[in-house]
Amino acid sequence: MAWFKKEKKARQPRRDRLEIPPDVWEKCEACGHTDIREKFVRNFSVCPNCDYHRRIRAVEYVQIIMDDNSWEETEADLRSTDPLGFPDYAGRLKKARTNAGEMDAILTVSGKLGEMPVNLGVMDFAFMGGSMGSVVGEKIARLAQKSLERKHPLIVVSASGGARMQEGVLSLMQMGKVSAVLSQLADRRIPYVSVLTNPTTGGVSASYAMLGDAIIAEPGAVIGFAGPRVIKQTLGQDLPEGFQTAEFLLDHGMLDLVSHRKDLKQTLGRLLRHMSGKPAAAGWATS
Amino acid sequence: MASTPTLEFERPIFELEKQIDELKRMAGDQHLSVDEEIAPLQEKLVALRGEVYKNLSPLQRLQVARSNKRPFSLDYLRLCFTDFVELHGDRLYREDAAIVGGWARLDGETVMVIGHQRGRDTKENLRRNFGMPHPEGYRKALRLMKLAEKFQVPVFTFIDTPGAWAGLGAEERGQAEAIARNLFEMSHLEVPIVATVIGEGGSGGALALGVADRVMMLENSVYSVITVEGCAAILWKDGKSPEMRERAATALKITAQDLLELGVIDEIIPEPVGGAHTNHEVAAASLQEALIRHYEELRKIKPEKLVRRRREKFLKMGQFTE
Repeated sequence: MAWFKKEKKARQPRRDRLEIPPDVWEKCEACGHTDIREKFVRNFSVCPNCDYHRRIRAVEYVQIIMDDNSWEETEADLRSTDPLGFPDYAGRLKKARTNAGEMDAILTVSGKLGEMPVNLGVMDFAFMGGSMGSVVGEKIARLAQKSLERKHPLIVVSASGGARMQEGVLSLMQMGKVSAVLSQLADRRIPYVSVLTNPTTGGVSASYAMLGDAIIAEPGAVIGFAGPRVIKQTLGQDLPEGFQTAEFLLDHGMLDLVSHRKDLKQTLGRLLRHMSGKPAAAGWATS
Repeated sequence: MASTPTLEFERPIFELEKQIDELKRMAGDQHLSVDEEIAPLQEKLVALRGEVYKNLSPLQRLQVARSNKRPFSLDYLRLCFTDFVELHGDRLYREDAAIVGGWARLDGETVMVIGHQRGRDTKENLRRNFGMPHPEGYRKALRLMKLAEKFQVPVFTFIDTPGAWAGLGAEERGQAEAIARNLFEMSHLEVPIVATVIGEGGSGGALALGVADRVMMLENSVYSVITVEGCAAILWKDGKSPEMRERAATALKITAQDLLELGVIDEIIPEPVGGAHTNHEVAAASLQEALIRHYEELRKIKPEKLVRRRREKFLKMGQFTE
């Protein structure tokens, strides 16, 4: 059966291996898809394969939402103290400032979105899990105060595990504080839009995050009052697939929209223009 | 009658009470007068109660606040108010018995009363979910507040909950939204609101009845951003041992005295010596006096000013540097 035998080919000489620096590649933590970093970056840190929205820093959201060179940071000098003398809080604050920056768990800015003046606050999960203490509450309250004075819309992008335990009941009271200032905005008909990113739970979800005139969430974001771990503990069983995701909340009537990060700016702009009686912006899809 | 002690630190009090009861029983059997023997013991009992309660640790204070012998919202409704008509349901989904509320009279005048309601025994606790409301409870509370606003009647709330319920249905129906909505609406409700923490004020589920013109706490009540057990579990991976719970209770600053010093509450309402559970009537009288006094002050303020001051009160809360 000589015809069955495989004809032996002469071996091709091996191509020289290309030297590729390891940080050119990015791997999606959700689906394992590997692609060149550039593709992730251009896609707003969203996986080009599965649309998994990676966690990004507060300043990156500001860059996505605000017009280039139109914004400046507000209330940059507010700092958390340790009002209760809570074990290890001072140390953790110091560490968070070194690792995440001085802005505490929220970055607040004034600037323009599609040429419309707006005030924007973005929480940063990198700073102690985006926890809300006195500084977060005060920064949002002051930003909202600016909105009141100038009649500029307010946007808050949330990413938080909830109230900051280390400031005890003072953190809890920030929920009341921000809700109080939002009720003032409402009385004066100044639009407020809430954007929920992964995760938005606890005292943040149970106050300003759920009080937007429009509430937008990023795909797949975990949103809820109690965290999944706590509920699992109370129930003593696993949670249903997809429980507490943005899509789940949309189905249950708790959100207006789930929006891909690349569409976020335009969605915000269109909503705010509707709510502040401005004509549609040129160049934005409005059909 | 001596009650069985549910709190370990009350054991000496319990022993003394038992001794007095025993003496009384013996005297009754043998038709003897033991008044002379009992009088000093009674005095000693009062002194002992005072001594024990003066030195309670924060964790012990929490145990008192959680005691099922303390007066609950419905007890205060019975003792401080008259003519109570309970209202039920949120008109959206269902009735939630973890929150009670309705029309009542305080010193003869119509008011709206809303409070968390725990159960005294297991059966009632199952019905009332241990005072942990679902979204329906908060939405019922809001409905009653709006009703009070419509008829220009003040709102009195009683806070007594470990926290809002963490479960599937509660999440599906928007627990976070329900609490947030109450905070928001209470911020501009155009009638006086007086909130009192009567037992445990647990986190957002407590604050959802707590955005008020006056916030008070009973002497042995607590108010916290997280349960002591939850805090200890997160920080030291141990939410059960008494040592870690004591550490957390101390660190979180949850007692009425702590909250007064932090500027979160306006007043501490004294309880009878040995705690509100030793004498419901005395505790209620003390609460009633404060409720009437605050209402007398608040009713003179015009609605716009009332709302402005309430907002200012909450806007001032927090500590930071700049």
